[in-house]
Amino acid sequence: MITLDTAQPIDDIPISEAEEKHLTASQWQLIWWRFRRHRAAMISMAVLVVLYTIALFAGFFAPHDPRDVVAEFADAPPQLPVFWDSAGVHFPPVVYSYVGERDPRTLRKIYRLDSESRQPIRFLVRGEDYKLFGIVSTDIHFIGLDDPDQPFFLLGTDSLGRDMLSRIIFGSQISLTIGLVGVFISLILGILLGGISGYLGGWIDVGIQRLIEVLRSMPTIPLWLALSAALPRNLNQVQIYFGITIILSLIGWTEIARVVRGKFMSLKHEDFILAARTNGTSRMRIIVVHMVPSFSSHLIAAMTLALPIMILSETALSFLGLGLRPPIISWGTLLEGTQNLDAIALTPWLLFPVVPVIITVLAFNFIGDGLRDAADPYA
Amino acid sequence: MFGYILKRILLFIPTLLVVSFIVFLLIQLPPGDFLDTMVLRMQQSGTSMDAEAEALLRERYALDQPFLQQYSHWISNIVTEGDFGRSFTWNRPVSELIWSRLGWTFFITISSLLFTWALAFPIAVYSATHQYSFLDYLFSFIGFIGLAVPNFLLALVLMWIGFSVFNVSMGGLFSSEYRDAPWSLAKFLDFLSHLWVPIIVLGTAGTASLIRTMRANLLDELNKPYVEAARAKGLTERHLIWKYPVRVALNPFVSSLATLLPTLISGATIVSVVLSLPTTGPMMLDALLEQDMFLAGSFLLMLSFFTLVSTLVSDILLIIIDPRVNYE
Repeated sequence: MITLDTAQPIDDIPISEAEEKHLTASQWQLIWWRFRRHRAAMISMAVLVVLYTIALFAGFFAPHDPRDVVAEFADAPPQLPVFWDSAGVHFPPVVYSYVGERDPRTLRKIYRLDSESRQPIRFLVRGEDYKLFGIVSTDIHFIGLDDPDQPFFLLGTDSLGRDMLSRIIFGSQISLTIGLVGVFISLILGILLGGISGYLGGWIDVGIQRLIEVLRSMPTIPLWLALSAALPRNLNQVQIYFGITIILSLIGWTEIARVVRGKFMSLKHEDFILAARTNGTSRMRIIVVHMVPSFSSHLIAAMTLALPIMILSETALSFLGLGLRPPIISWGTLLEGTQNLDAIALTPWLLFPVVPVIITVLAFNFIGDGLRDAADPYA
Repeated sequence: MFGYILKRILLFIPTLLVVSFIVFLLIQLPPGDFLDTMVLRMQQSGTSMDAEAEALLRERYALDQPFLQQYSHWISNIVTEGDFGRSFTWNRPVSELIWSRLGWTFFITISSLLFTWALAFPIAVYSATHQYSFLDYLFSFIGFIGLAVPNFLLALVLMWIGFSVFNVSMGGLFSSEYRDAPWSLAKFLDFLSHLWVPIIVLGTAGTASLIRTMRANLLDELNKPYVEAARAKGLTERHLIWKYPVRVALNPFVSSLATLLPTLISGATIVSVVLSLPTTGPMMLDALLEQDMFLAGSFLLMLSFFTLVSTLVSDILLIIIDPRVNYE
């Protein structure tokens, strides 16, 4: 009998320290290393951390109470911060005060910025009282003016004289979380139905696949509109919030279910599953302990890519007046006022909520892309 | 193959039935039936409906019968007589209201699809054959923005730019002076000058995703041995690329009928509201806000019908053009 004594024992193959680190790293470490190479995704992650921090401490970052009506300054244009002008460089930057006038023809009140009266922007100033997380009462704001009674509307005001910046900041609390809740519901539905479909197969699989096909073949926005219109009119704010999330997840789960089903189908015949089965492991334990961890990274990528769709859908529905409704503040409800051309022409700053929507959606898309590339580190 | 096509067409009918059932369920979700709302509305406006007419309508739409019977009544009225029910906000049969709107929706979505194809095809081929070139990066970047910016926001921003920079109103499909005028060359030119806005707004997102799939497919093809062999035999690069790999990588264009058209129809709903186009969007939104459920439901049903047909056509085309597709 021939023995293969030319084969070296594995310990003797010289490998560098870096290689060894790579070989002994856990799956999540490998994913993280690969994800870190995706520069756009890393930047997007930093952007999202900032956005969620602002949403969490909305009362602190918003200069005003978002529901405060200052009728005196309705439809006032943005007082964008000025870093330099004819008087030289300003640090901290300044804002110009308003001068109110009447349009000689329409008699509408219009505001001009007076570049002679400068107000420096201060950090950590005392202003209106607010409650952080609804518990801690304080009056310290991130930015403000020396005199809290002076008008200070960095992004202008709406038709009732409410501060747009504060409304956008408070709106992020709803807009940034509704997607998370929606994706969570989709995830549960998707794993459950996709898992059943992929693991059991047979007529249950056929039935669930048909259902997914039917749901996906209906045009989503008209379907969502019809569903939201069917929501009872007398719901309170929290109920509407959850009603809309459930409606949004009704389509979202199909994509996750598809991923889960595909993975279940391919994993079912792997040797390690067979080994677990012959060891007498229960079906539930095989699914939870052996199968789910091996594709959870793919799931996270699919979820991240589902998030921006949810955020956009909420914005679209609320914009049309069939999603969240005032007094709930979200980026979508803020945009509701821009449906007609007159509003866009006279008060274009009401379009500002578009900016955070686009930034958030782009950031989630980049992260999702990075995760998808990194999801399978052994490939 | 013909067996598969036949099976696919036969499957279409039950799917359509399930979709119509879901639509009917949605119509029935709000409390009360449409006749109650109609009577209430007429009372509010000072007129009233005589009991005979009410009973007639109740019988016509089987309103006092159980749910399943109402559904079968509704669907058989549509199939046999083209009667979609009655809109109480317009006080007219739904079938009088929807067809021109559906026609415009169809026209605009198909035009956007053609625009998407025309734009995506050369860009995808260029990006794949010039991978990692400056223009490839530029197109990828623009594509990403196109994917991320929802088209109704793009429409809003375009409206604002049109107003503040060019001082023109970009809404609608006709200028006010042509709206009710008969068709003429001048009206047609005016129509074209309005048409490009919704087409571009709707087309951007689809173009981006189509470029990405087609580029990836073509890149896979370009690395295959047959390309190398053809090159070794001395085929000119242009001849080689257009004749073989591009044709193989064309599948996403056909399947975009199934994936893109539903998105376009869906997106057109909301873009039309922003741009006030005479399509299904604005009227359906009003109908939903007013709970005019027969009107809204008919729109939903017909739009779903469009998407189902487009999926069917795309599946059949794929089988015909690509014999490698597995039609089990």
